[in-house]
Amino acid sequence: MKNLTGLLLVAGIVVLSACVTINIYFPAAAAEKAADKIIDEVWQLKGEQAAPQNDAPKESK
Amino acid sequence: MNKAMKKLLIAVLLLPLLAFAAADLEINTPAISSLKSAMQARHGQLAAHYANGAVGLTRDGLIAVHDANAVPLKDRQGVNSLVAAENNDRNALYREIAAANGHPEWEAEVRSTFAGRWVQKAQGGWWYQDASGWAKK
Repeated sequence: MKNLTGLLLVAGIVVLSACVTINIYFPAAAAEKAADKIIDEVWQLKGEQAAPQNDAPKESK
Repeated sequence: MNKAMKKLLIAVLLLPLLAFAAADLEINTPAISSLKSAMQARHGQLAAHYANGAVGLTRDGLIAVHDANAVPLKDRQGVNSLVAAENNDRNALYREIAAANGHPEWEAEVRSTFAGRWVQKAQGGWWYQDASGWAKK
């Protein structure tokens, strides 16, 4: 049982350090996503993204 | 090892995966929203200058006058003001995004991410700076 407690303790430390790691390193992929969203709004490029959705009704013809 | 303990251990080990899944940057703050709308409004005036090469995108996520001769003399001061105002907002945007996510030190990385994405999303014919100088997209 003592071993198990130790194991849980180690697991807990691993989890905590993983969380800290996530926050310390710059989330490059998330940043790109955020940048794209903002740029689309500022440059009003949303029409291009909406285009595929407009294509959908064509199938019903 | 009893079953409950095993389950607990598995749950604890899986937690970081959840944290990864939730890793999105916060960009919905009032400050960021107001910067966005100011930049969107200004883009109406800047678009023509991007298109004729008067203004281009810089490597550091800002904009700069690329070819002043593309602008009539009387309008040049106006373009300079537009560029300065846009750069103020862009600098503020990068700073706000880093701050909104609790990491002011991310500003430089946010900026370089944006620098790449602005160029990526720029229209053909617009000018941008790369490592070797100005280039036309």
